[in-house]
Amino acid sequence: MRRYFTRKIITYVVAFFLATTIDWAIPRVMPGNPVQLYLTKFSITTEAQYAALQKLISASFGVNVPVWKQYLDFWDGVLHWNFGLSFYATEPVTHVIFQAIPYTLALLIPAITLSYVLGNRIGAMAARRKWLDNTVLPVGYLFQAAPYAWLALAMSYYLAVRLRWFPVDQGYNPGLLPGWNWTFIGSLLQHWFLPFLTVFLVSFGGWAIGMRNLVIYELETDYARYLRSLGASQRLVRKYAYRNAVLPQLSGLALSLGVVVGGNIVTEVVFQYPGLGHLIFLAISDEDYFLLQGIFMFIIVGVLLANFVIDIVYVIVDPRTRLSMQGAPA
Amino acid sequence: MSVNTGAGSFGGGRRWEFLHFALRNPKLMIGLGVELIFVVVAIFGPLLAPYSPTYHGTPGLHPSSQHLFGTTYPFGTDVFSQVLYGVRDSYVVGALGALFAGAVGLVVGFAAGYRGGVLDEMLQLLTNVMICIPQLVLLIVISAYLTTRGVLFEGIFIGVTGWPWVARAVRAQTFTLRERDFVDLARLSGRRAVSIVVKDIAPNMASYIFLVFVLLFASSMLVAVNFDFLGLGPTNGLSLGDIMNQSTLWSALDLHMWWWFIPPGAALTLMVLALYIANVGLDEVFNPKLRQT
Amino acid sequence: MSLKVDNLRIAYRTLRGDIRAVDGVSFSIADGEIMGLAGESGCGKSTLGNSLIFLEGRMKHVGGTVELDGVDLPIADYKAMNRHRLRDVSVVPQYAMSALNPTRKIGRMTADLIKSRGTDYRKVLEEFKRRIDLVGLPQNVLDMYPFELSGGMRQRTTMVISTLLNPSLLIGDEITSALDVTTQRAVGEMLMEFRDRRFVKSMMVITHDLSVLAQIADSILVMYAGKLAEKASSATIVDSPLHPYTQLLIGSLPEVGLRYDEAPLTGIPGRPPSLLDPPTGCRFRDRCPFAFDKCVEEPPFVELQPGHEVACWKAMKDNAPVKTEPVSQGAQS
Repeated sequence: MRRYFTRKIITYVVAFFLATTIDWAIPRVMPGNPVQLYLTKFSITTEAQYAALQKLISASFGVNVPVWKQYLDFWDGVLHWNFGLSFYATEPVTHVIFQAIPYTLALLIPAITLSYVLGNRIGAMAARRKWLDNTVLPVGYLFQAAPYAWLALAMSYYLAVRLRWFPVDQGYNPGLLPGWNWTFIGSLLQHWFLPFLTVFLVSFGGWAIGMRNLVIYELETDYARYLRSLGASQRLVRKYAYRNAVLPQLSGLALSLGVVVGGNIVTEVVFQYPGLGHLIFLAISDEDYFLLQGIFMFIIVGVLLANFVIDIVYVIVDPRTRLSMQGAPA
Repeated sequence: MSVNTGAGSFGGGRRWEFLHFALRNPKLMIGLGVELIFVVVAIFGPLLAPYSPTYHGTPGLHPSSQHLFGTTYPFGTDVFSQVLYGVRDSYVVGALGALFAGAVGLVVGFAAGYRGGVLDEMLQLLTNVMICIPQLVLLIVISAYLTTRGVLFEGIFIGVTGWPWVARAVRAQTFTLRERDFVDLARLSGRRAVSIVVKDIAPNMASYIFLVFVLLFASSMLVAVNFDFLGLGPTNGLSLGDIMNQSTLWSALDLHMWWWFIPPGAALTLMVLALYIANVGLDEVFNPKLRQT
Repeated sequence: MSLKVDNLRIAYRTLRGDIRAVDGVSFSIADGEIMGLAGESGCGKSTLGNSLIFLEGRMKHVGGTVELDGVDLPIADYKAMNRHRLRDVSVVPQYAMSALNPTRKIGRMTADLIKSRGTDYRKVLEEFKRRIDLVGLPQNVLDMYPFELSGGMRQRTTMVISTLLNPSLLIGDEITSALDVTTQRAVGEMLMEFRDRRFVKSMMVITHDLSVLAQIADSILVMYAGKLAEKASSATIVDSPLHPYTQLLIGSLPEVGLRYDEAPLTGIPGRPPSLLDPPTGCRFRDRCPFAFDKCVEEPPFVELQPGHEVACWKAMKDNAPVKTEPVSQGAQS
């Protein structure tokens, strides 16, 4: 088990390193002069203003310093949660990000967990009942094949614009003042539902299909055969099959995080839902590179943390990872 | 129990057996059929498009016999023609992405699986690290800084970010195959590693690799669509994602112009769905245990 | 206990038709008898053994009856058979090494199994521990996962679990095939001890390895191509077999101490016939060195000497049958 965790931690540390380096390096290797780009955003009237601003921005970008120092300075910033000022919001980047994080988490966490849990249950049931199998499979594949963008647009159009069951965009009714009252919370939930549904549906299909295949496989293993030969109840065999099928699904959960995060971004853009995805979009349109760099780091850290949590859960659930490095057979 | 099967029941040769089952597998046939229709559209569509994509006509028209998918706003371009061009663009990017991702994934997977040892550990580390970084996020961050983007670049980027799962799958298969006797024989006869991998191991994984490429193609198209939708696609492109992007930029949602964004997305969904179904069918053909007899 | 199998026919459904794996087999096993079921791969012995407890996948019951302790065994009915599984008839499968759920501790899995059979686990726990001890496994096996045990240990564990509720009949399917010779002997002795202590009343040991049967079995039943060839006490089978197939089988066994550069080991040339469309008459005809014109007719399985049944025209020529009925009640020694 120690070996298992050592490898995982090394992976995450290297990933963090690589991501930070990429984040730092990209604006510097791309064509164009970021300092100039920034300068063009400001309405500058005098030469003095221009010179002062140029000095400030160059210092922020660190262009007067040798490259290796720029790199270390960036690391300094990352470790102190300082990503500079966001142009678009004229606030520290971290402030802007922290305001958006709750919305994204409110979207991702329920969508991922519900689609995983429900998808597994339905998939396992589909493995046994032919009629369910014949509906779950095609529907699951359909949702898996649908691009997040299209599904989000379709949801938005039919359920929000046409039927008016839900609001079209934003995180809450802009006419309301945020506060801990039911009206506001209700508005939050209303605006949350469609983006949540979109992310949920796309993932759900995948889990159901995967679980169905895994359960079918487990039901045909030797241990299932043996139990049946000895007259064990179908319930027991199914229980064992389900428990064993969940294990590869759990690994798959870690792998799927990257895709879901990407899909979440697109969904937020369609619904203009004020989460990190929407923020990325704004950062790109406004060429707010500091903000973009900050968001990237936060997403990476979030994904790595989630991966780590899943790794821990996996060790708890699968005895083979716990013991296979120790127990020697007699 | 083993049964003594008479010789010549299928007429000899594994390939013929595959073909025999392939032609009788409904999923494969339907999926392949639908996909082929789209491929034909991709190749000949632009020639048969009723209007050129830059045609300016009456904006905001509902679907009609003249404009099957209506027209856009405010320039009044024919959506149907755009979709025809879009299918081709999406295919090209998808194919490029799949090609690059597949190439990198195969090389990494074979190297790690065949050599083992330190190289394997290093490559596994690289693979695991890449998996941790969300593909779309990386793509966004890379492309955000570029002012002009080409189709080739998009393909390469998708390839460069989408190979990890291929590498993992290929590595696992190579691992099991490398223990087989015929590989030992090849090694003893002094053949070089690359030659062994290409001539002995790969052919035995051929069906698996094929399935992987089908899935890769589908996933590249999906990533490209979402990516283009964000406005980061090729600057002069007209892929299906680009069409959807345009539609949101011009408030198609608010204007109730559903025919602008529903058809392109639906087309791509069908293209990917057909691949998925064909993939399932193909899996059944290659893997006798899955066949429902 | 007593097992009576009468004209049992089991087939496999395939695309190309039904493969008649067990084609009209009748025999019986008496109380306390260890009967070996021998034959080469594909002769139907595994199918026969497994059909008595679990008709799985493509196997279908075509005809014949099975009677255990005077009660008809409904082998074709999965649900009805469930009452009998583990209690009356049990099995140690061919895949015993992988028969245990890898993510469940041995003790826990057994508890789940016993509970699902409607028995209180606590009542059998003591006995379970005693038997674990008996087969030479450490007590903490109950707290271990299958992957922590070696193959031989897993085999023994499976044997204990399968016989925990003292079934009348135990079917052992190739349980020694994957083991080394010393372990084979240990497992064989374990089988005999289980029978002697009445954990199990009778056994059917299926294997292609006659040498194992010679040591542990009371009687041996030889099958060929879905039909019975010969049945007799193991001593008789080894020393004086009457069926040409059995004779060739015994003859192809290596003998300890014999050097084979002078008299090389001979196998039996040829291959068994296809069971999809079996030939008429004696199925061993094509490979038999003694075949003659009568062999185009199927020989009946008759008792030619006391307690010795054979299905062979040549054997019948050399020994006049004891009784004239085609199928006799199997007596054993």
